[in-house]
Amino acid sequence: MSIWTYTIIIGILTFLSRYIVTAFANTKTYSETTKKVLSYVPSAVFPSLIFPAIFYKQNNFEIYNTEVLAFIFALLAAYFSKNILITVICGLVSYVTIIFLI
Amino acid sequence: MYQSIFTRMKRRQIFLQGIKDVLPLNIPVILFGIFYAVLCIELGFSAYFAIGTSLIIFAGGSQLIFITLLTAGAVPWVIFGSVIMNNSRNFLYGAVFSKYIEKKSSVWKVILSFFLTDQCFAVSNDYLKKNYKNKFAHYHMLGSGITVWVIWQLSNLIGVWLGDIVSDQLSLNFFVAITFLALIAKDLGKLDHFIIIIVSAICSLIFYNLPLKAYVIVAAIAGIYLAYLINTKFKKLIK
Repeated sequence: MSIWTYTIIIGILTFLSRYIVTAFANTKTYSETTKKVLSYVPSAVFPSLIFPAIFYKQNNFEIYNTEVLAFIFALLAAYFSKNILITVICGLVSYVTIIFLI
Repeated sequence: MYQSIFTRMKRRQIFLQGIKDVLPLNIPVILFGIFYAVLCIELGFSAYFAIGTSLIIFAGGSQLIFITLLTAGAVPWVIFGSVIMNNSRNFLYGAVFSKYIEKKSSVWKVILSFFLTDQCFAVSNDYLKKNYKNKFAHYHMLGSGITVWVIWQLSNLIGVWLGDIVSDQLSLNFFVAITFLALIAKDLGKLDHFIIIIVSAICSLIFYNLPLKAYVIVAAIAGIYLAYLINTKFKKLIK
């Protein structure tokens, strides 16, 4: 499969994920549990995109490296600020600072 | 006559309000957009590919999963499955939005759905909740949606241009991880979310070496199942 075939299929899948429910949902038919469980989707999906990127380097698990250290600062910023912007900036600044200090 | 000038102004005003409201949320979009394009180039994809995926897919998270899994040699169903899982939060956004735009034409629904991103959802949901009686309220979503789209494309262009000069020392994976961390920052302090985050994180680390890079789906399913359990059998955990 060519990368453009992939791209078009993913484009369609993404559009449909935004369109189907928006256009056809009857929100009254959703059970309360379904609605609630759906609200946890980011918390269930994003960690799997975050943690391996921090703790794995070239397929090796590492508990002590620059990324882990900077990640701890970003995590603290995220926890205390609850703010997207502050988290991103703290993560960037601490990472770049650590790189240049070491 | 006066009526039509008045409503046209009103539409424009609401559209501009949408642009204004979504702007602060775009700083991570710019960074993410630049890094996405840089990462594409670093992974050996062309500049056309970086920009083409953004024009066609227009979903940072999905594009990122796509290129990382493709580079890692994952099979198609894992790539598509991961993208669907990652997009599944759009179902929830759609479920919320549908009640605001159910009386709009099909064309409107197609256009507004295309621009439905996290950032657009975050600001326009607030606006629509307060102004749903205004028949032009959806122009707010159009304004915020188009703004994110334009900024995403422009930051990709910058990234393509920066492609060669970004230091090899910096791990782009790290920046990406931070972007996703920022999107769950507001939920970190809630016990139920925290438990799910930890379990999903541990699963992804344990199953990272599974064949076909299936750890994303495994961790997500574990997290969702846990969310179901918490909301049915262990309600005490939620305040």
